[in-house]
Amino acid sequence: MTFFSHLRKAAIATAFVLGATAVHAEEQYFPLQSYRVGPYAAGGTGFFGGFIDYLNLINIRDGGVNGVKLAWSEGETQYEVEKGVEVYERLKSNPGIAAWNPLSVGIAYAMIDRITDDKVPLITINHGRTDTTDGRVFPYVFPLLLNPYSETSGIVNYIASKEGGLDKLKGKNIVVLYHGSPYGKETIPIYELLSQKYGFELSQIEVPHPGNEQQAQWLTIRREHPDYVVLRGWGVMNPVALKTAQKTGFPADHIIGNVWSNSEEDVIPAGDAAKGYTAITTQASGERYPVVQEIVKTVYGDGKGNLEDKSRIGSVYHNLGIVNGILNVEAVRIAQAKFGNRTLTGDEVRWGFEHLKLDPARVEALGAKDLFHSINVSWDNHEGDGYVTFQQWDGKKWNVVSDWIAPDWKLLRPIIEKSSEAYAKEKGIKIRTAEDADAVVSN
Amino acid sequence: MAVQALDAARLPVDWAKLVQKLALATALFVVAYGVVPAYASGYLVEAILLPFLALSLAAVGLNLLTGYCGQLSLGSSAFMAVGAFGAYNFNLRVEGLPLAVTMILAGISAAGFGVVFGLPSLRLRGFYLAVSTLAAQFFGQWALTKFGWFSNDNPSGVISAPHLAVAGLSLDSATGRYLLSVTTVMVLTALVWRLVNSATGRNFIAVRDNETAARVIGVPVLRTKLLAFAISSFIIGIAGVLWAFTYLRTVEPAGFNLDRSFQILFIIIIGGLASIRGAFLGAAFIVVLPLFLSRLGAFLFGGLFDSGVLDMSQRIVLGALIIIFLIAEPSGLSALFDRLKRRIGSRSS
Repeated sequence: MTFFSHLRKAAIATAFVLGATAVHAEEQYFPLQSYRVGPYAAGGTGFFGGFIDYLNLINIRDGGVNGVKLAWSEGETQYEVEKGVEVYERLKSNPGIAAWNPLSVGIAYAMIDRITDDKVPLITINHGRTDTTDGRVFPYVFPLLLNPYSETSGIVNYIASKEGGLDKLKGKNIVVLYHGSPYGKETIPIYELLSQKYGFELSQIEVPHPGNEQQAQWLTIRREHPDYVVLRGWGVMNPVALKTAQKTGFPADHIIGNVWSNSEEDVIPAGDAAKGYTAITTQASGERYPVVQEIVKTVYGDGKGNLEDKSRIGSVYHNLGIVNGILNVEAVRIAQAKFGNRTLTGDEVRWGFEHLKLDPARVEALGAKDLFHSINVSWDNHEGDGYVTFQQWDGKKWNVVSDWIAPDWKLLRPIIEKSSEAYAKEKGIKIRTAEDADAVVSN
Repeated sequence: MAVQALDAARLPVDWAKLVQKLALATALFVVAYGVVPAYASGYLVEAILLPFLALSLAAVGLNLLTGYCGQLSLGSSAFMAVGAFGAYNFNLRVEGLPLAVTMILAGISAAGFGVVFGLPSLRLRGFYLAVSTLAAQFFGQWALTKFGWFSNDNPSGVISAPHLAVAGLSLDSATGRYLLSVTTVMVLTALVWRLVNSATGRNFIAVRDNETAARVIGVPVLRTKLLAFAISSFIIGIAGVLWAFTYLRTVEPAGFNLDRSFQILFIIIIGGLASIRGAFLGAAFIVVLPLFLSRLGAFLFGGLFDSGVLDMSQRIVLGALIIIFLIAEPSGLSALFDRLKRRIGSRSS
């Protein structure tokens, strides 16, 4: 305990007391580091639109979570790390913070130390740092539903199911076309490992950022004659890949997109070239799910919908935002059952996330049957065994073409633990036990 | 006789100036080490002062090279990256290395990198040199992404800052990181101030103003240029350490991209070339003003528009302000500041 940390604690305590008196009704607050301008605005508006729409639904339809209203405010980050940190510092003084949801790997990395000090959860749904799955080392970080390794395993399992079983992968040739960034490179070792395990031939080809020129890469692919191409893209790289594939004569239905190459914004610009393209997702798209219908009726009917373009309701990013809303709200609800129906502390919500178990029956009760499968988070598994499914683009909309597929978590866990333990050693972090996880800071 | 009289007449004026300077320095110390740690909010320190200090230091470094020595460089953020990754690796691989030594070693790594990419300056000038320093930019990013060793084989290539401690005292809190930052910036700025007022500093200016003339009067041009690259990169490298360790506390190679190099170049152009004060004024303009505008916009129109619209209009205002400032005073904020001071001075006398 140094002098500074005492000083800081005193300051935080004062801020908390002052802040707590300012709230009249019970309120749970979501700080949103959103991005509505800049190169990734399509993802930002869809995701944060869906998230806000769901929070609005809970407020309008249910009057909040057990009487505790949900509140939020936004700060624009443009997907830039410095802006994300600035918004974090600006919004963190608000009382009753439930969780942070930046939807940016870079910003999430910069926040890990900070939110760990603050004891507030950081949610990186479908992305983030793979080894944060290990709750023993990262108590406050949750890469919910799908971390990059599970995504890789899910894609390989899907290709296997198309070929008629994992043993049929032997001798097949798979090319991974990845974005030249930390995000793109994160899965290189895991593809290598799976290729050795299942005996398929593998080549991984980098597309330099931003990826609007891919002639050379696709000529290499044509020479390789692969059975499948996995597209691990981002932004403009995706439509360019699909168009270039068409030009070089590679069939779109043998290209499998990863979870950040799976949106309408990725395929519509490619036009005809995208027809037949298949991509992984954790949440199906479309408006037919009861919860999306209720949002259309209650929230948009009330004129409070967040999306300006109504045709984007039910799109991949919008539905991801809704699923993210469900997971956040349910974590708060689960924590309330334990700690009481009031504004919770960040650490109490962390406990809620660590007990976030939604089986298919509960998912159906929430109106999200077939929207996403289930989640089963525990104190040491912060991903929660999310299932994946595959959607094919027919030129107008995505159609689900597979069952819910489970990634091979058992295979991945030791690799994740090795990485997180190395991080713990590097940073001098004590590895948490189940008892530590049950010790909750309530004020 | 006449000269002596003149000296005697000037002496009291110098004393007054000295007292004034001392008072200013004392005030600065009191604010930096007393007022700010005691009263500044977490937001002010984390979101404004820490990036301001790191970018100011980088701008001081670049000003030495570009402002004083006249060598245009677009490699600043690569030098920052080398400093940040250097400090990370020295800290990781050498057990128990004191923080100050880590930072100096990181600065030396950046200096070495800077000298190598400064070699073209012996043959190239102006825009051509700027283009060749781009090589540093691309090479740095490529090497740091390509070789996993630099980021301790972290699959995504992103590193996070280690614990900061000086003599057993933890500096991980916001205040601690601020004190580390402000001390480093003050020490290095003082050294740079000494340097530009020394013979070496005058050599820099001679090379900038007329290389041939400098050579004729016996200035070792080649050595001077490389020295400028080395010292400038050393300082920018340490600015990179501050950026990574005290401000963001995480670093990925893509975070040190060409935009950051441009940002630092614009800081010294807006602040004033060949002026240490200009580096600080420019950094304040680039870091603080956008935040101020965005807060003001959110406060005035927050209910009417969404955050995206506000952000775009804030950029328009910022752009307009830059144009107005540069038209009013092409030599930068530092010159504007001097003019204001003279005007106030003449009015009060």
